[in-house]
Amino acid sequence: MPTMFEMIGFSEQGWGAALLKGLAMTLQISAGAFVVGLIVGLVVACLKLGAPKPIAALARGYTTLFRAVPELLMILLLFYVGSMLLNRLMESMGYDAVNVSGPLAAILVLGLVQGAYASEIFRAAIQAIPFGQIEAGKAFGLHGFGLFRRVTLPIMAPYAMAGMANLWINLIKDSALISVVGTNELLYTAKQAAGSTRQYLLFYLTAAALYYAVTLASNYLSGRLERRIRRWMPVVD
Amino acid sequence: MIPAWILEYASLLVRGLQTTIAILLISSVAGFVLAVLVALARISKNKLIARTSLFFTSVTRGTPLLIQIYIFYYGLGSLFAQFPLIRGSFFWPYMRDGYWYIVFALVVSVGAYVGEVIRGGLLAVPKGEMEAASAFGMTPRQALLRVRLPRALRLLLPTLAGETVMLLKSTALASTIAVIDLLGAANVVRAQTLQVYEPLLLVAGVYVCLTFLIEALFAFAERRGTPVRRSA
Repeated sequence: MPTMFEMIGFSEQGWGAALLKGLAMTLQISAGAFVVGLIVGLVVACLKLGAPKPIAALARGYTTLFRAVPELLMILLLFYVGSMLLNRLMESMGYDAVNVSGPLAAILVLGLVQGAYASEIFRAAIQAIPFGQIEAGKAFGLHGFGLFRRVTLPIMAPYAMAGMANLWINLIKDSALISVVGTNELLYTAKQAAGSTRQYLLFYLTAAALYYAVTLASNYLSGRLERRIRRWMPVVD
Repeated sequence: MIPAWILEYASLLVRGLQTTIAILLISSVAGFVLAVLVALARISKNKLIARTSLFFTSVTRGTPLLIQIYIFYYGLGSLFAQFPLIRGSFFWPYMRDGYWYIVFALVVSVGAYVGEVIRGGLLAVPKGEMEAASAFGMTPRQALLRVRLPRALRLLLPTLAGETVMLLKSTALASTIAVIDLLGAANVVRAQTLQVYEPLLLVAGVYVCLTFLIEALFAFAERRGTPVRRSA
């Protein structure tokens, strides 16, 4: 019977390599979902602020719904509905049914949940921009996407920074929920390891320590990034 | 026009709803008490107490809730099972059920998240009011219970509404350790009627209603609980 350290180590009976692979998958899923959430959030925030009324209402409905329904339920729902719709589509086009599992579905599902939260942060950040700045941009002849890219986006970034850093940490924690639908990320690997060795406490604590390390590192890095991105802003105390 | 499966499984779904609400109520009340203690420990002058509670909030907020639930349920559960004394005890039937593990995990989680919120509220109470309290001859404990805490809570009501909605969403994790809460009931219906997503849609609607209910209750408390300032 291997000792505890051999079990989480990198020897042949050890689960160390598998756990690190799971961690890499967790980070990949989180990073992918963050990018999806960023794009969805920006688009939805702009729709909420500037689109015609019915579309703006739709965008608000999306935000309310995705923030009121438990993430776990949302993941199950999008996963099953998504795979069913995709299979119908494939069937109607004459292909075989595909098995929707794995990282890509996870990224899309988490990204959609993330987008709802991100859109609120971006909306608040865009509204925090002094209106004169945008008027100045317009006076210089900027409009449309150019105005957004050169004026709105850089000025709003510092306001959105703290909220987005929080979202990133929430996302890493939410990515553990993906293990329920069987994507082999960190928690899923830990579950397998715990089940086959019957050392539940050992493996779940190890996985928790890995998540904690990622959170601490994220906190440190986002703190540095925030200081850099806010360097031109007046000091408020 | 109500689909037949809803009528057939209505009692199961209602029991699931009751379980969800019971978990929500127990863990919000017990978690709130823990949160106040955590907040007081965080602003304690005793370094050891302050550090310990900082470590507790940092770890609890830095790891996924699902893994904490697994640690309590599978980890501690399998540890408890090794002791014949615990196995033979009166509490064992309760200690095998996932219900109390999810409640425990949620109480710990609320303690950490809301503790941090309450700490901010306690620090935001104007110093003059605390000085006024002690000028009236209140002991530190009286000043805390009658002035500082009520004042902080009133400031924090909107934040606490948000935290309660988060807690409601977290209760759905109960279904991962075989507790038949609202989501668990939907999963049972799915398994027995072979419907892929309809039950999930139904309970999603119920969760949205519960969210609106929580927000309405807190908005009501805010209107009722905030006294209008009259000039003398």
